Amino acid sequence: MPDSLWSQDSVIHARGLTKRFGAFTAVDGIEFDVAPGEAFGFLGPNGAGKTSTMRMIGTVSPVTAGTLTVFGLDPAHHGAQIRSRLGVVPQADTLDNELSVLENLLIYGRYFGLSWGESRRRAGELLDFVQLTERSGDKVEPLSGGMKRRLVIARALINEPEMLLLDEPTTGLDPQARHLLWDRLYRLKQRGVTLCLTTHYMDEAEQLCDRLVVMDKAKIVAEGSPRQLIERYVTREVLELRFNHEGGEAGDGIGGGGAAGLAGADRSTGEGADFDGQLAGLAERIEHLPDRLLVYTADGDATAAAAFERGLRPASVLVRRSSLEDVFLRLTGRSLVE
Amino acid sequence: MNALRLSVPAAVTRPTRMVERNLLVYRRTFMVIFSGFFEPLFYLFSMGFGMGALIGAVQLDNGSSVPYAVFVAPALLASSAMNGAIYETSNNFFYKLKYAKLYDAVIATPMSLSDVARGEILWALLRGSLYVVGFLAVIAVLGIGGLGLISSPLGILAFPAAMVVGFGFAGAGMAASTFVRKWQDFDILQLAIMPMFLFSGTFYPITAYPPALQVFVQCTPLYRGVHLIRALTTGTPDLWMAADVAYLLVMGLIGLWIVAKRLNRLLLA
Repeated sequence: MPDSLWSQDSVIHARGLTKRFGAFTAVDGIEFDVAPGEAFGFLGPNGAGKTSTMRMIGTVSPVTAGTLTVFGLDPAHHGAQIRSRLGVVPQADTLDNELSVLENLLIYGRYFGLSWGESRRRAGELLDFVQLTERSGDKVEPLSGGMKRRLVIARALINEPEMLLLDEPTTGLDPQARHLLWDRLYRLKQRGVTLCLTTHYMDEAEQLCDRLVVMDKAKIVAEGSPRQLIERYVTREVLELRFNHEGGEAGDGIGGGGAAGLAGADRSTGEGADFDGQLAGLAERIEHLPDRLLVYTADGDATAAAAFERGLRPASVLVRRSSLEDVFLRLTGRSLVE
Repeated sequence: MNALRLSVPAAVTRPTRMVERNLLVYRRTFMVIFSGFFEPLFYLFSMGFGMGALIGAVQLDNGSSVPYAVFVAPALLASSAMNGAIYETSNNFFYKLKYAKLYDAVIATPMSLSDVARGEILWALLRGSLYVVGFLAVIAVLGIGGLGLISSPLGILAFPAAMVVGFGFAGAGMAASTFVRKWQDFDILQLAIMPMFLFSGTFYPITAYPPALQVFVQCTPLYRGVHLIRALTTGTPDLWMAADVAYLLVMGLIGLWIVAKRLNRLLLA
């Protein structure tokens, strides 16, 4: 598609977008477009440049080089106009601890220029939407992490934004809180709100994003829908082999006993590289994690059987469908992941 | 209603939203604000009337003599305006900037950093004006009781003059706060405020100093504020008042300019 067409339709349009802090390059010439109504994600390890990118989009960080337009506007000259149409959910909860839950929303509406009446009307609706109506008179401080996050999302919606910027929206939340949040974000998407989010959770990216880019070391290393990325970068299935470090137990555990199991397990206490030899030809690729081997293959069961025949006696065997996590490991290298 | 709202430029309406935010906070803790009201009154009673009984009359710049309380009251008003402005723009502003991260959230809205800075200065002035009005009211009541502390109709102008003092110190205080890294740094600020309060011709005429030191004291901002307000309440206006006002306004404006620059650096990285 020609560049000019993209920039007209795109909610966000970035070409050669760069952010430098002194000698350090946080974002290095990235290019992407976000379409209206789309849920777009930045996936990447910590320090990949996701937050810097989000801050530039939110017009609170000047662009060092390249082109960036948001709603077709230049952040350097139309910051206030852009921000009036954005909802921002920052990584850290920047709630006003000196105000109550309801007052946090009311004053935020005022910052956006709403009348007190309109602000009050919307605040009531939003507290309902994020299930915090009962806490409306409470101080913010004692709220749980999940509640605070929901309040930040409600706050970001007070101006009825066309796009929501979410920087790691569910980091640090328990599973229930995450699912509740995902549900609310999904509903917003249904209403036509464009979502632009960063995450290092694969399940979150898979759940929420129509399309995503994988960022690593300030650059975009892949782009596509979650399914496309999985198809492009990994095999259909993954065989996970786990070996106990005490060889004897591993052998006993499998019930096979014998020298082969012991031998294999002993080697696993080394670098594990010898497994590559034993599994040669069985897999497209093998990833060594500290606690297990990931064997990328089209048919996990068949590969497991073949490995067993070659004398490998892992303590546990798991065959699963490949996921975005595998794509992530492949593209960014596991050593970077915390 | 809407048409009216639109006719007021955003550069005026936006800063007032910071004031609204602070009003929401202080709605609950109004007593905190009142504490600042009593401090200058305590000084007035102890120094002005207590010590004043021992001291008797004091000579003003123009040679006329006034009772000590009349001499010290305008100085306390100027100091109160300074303290109110400094308190709001140092500790409170620093807390909101560094710890509460309040402004990080505010600038994600159409509010700009200058809106924030102007709004907080405006709030500091409003808060200071409460103290000034309170102090002036007490003086007026004492006047009715026969203890006339304001001897000139010009005294009416003491209120706007105190606001000018507040503006000067609010701008300077906020600018200083943007350079503060930790709470202990505020001790250094106090090291500037405390001597100014004690030695700026507040409690005695600066003719007590050798000439060189007099010139130095005359160059300090609180001295200018004290001179301005004392000239008004004692009815001894002179041309230096123009210099007082200019000095304090320029100090406030430069402060505001520094604040905008510094906040840009701190928050818009």
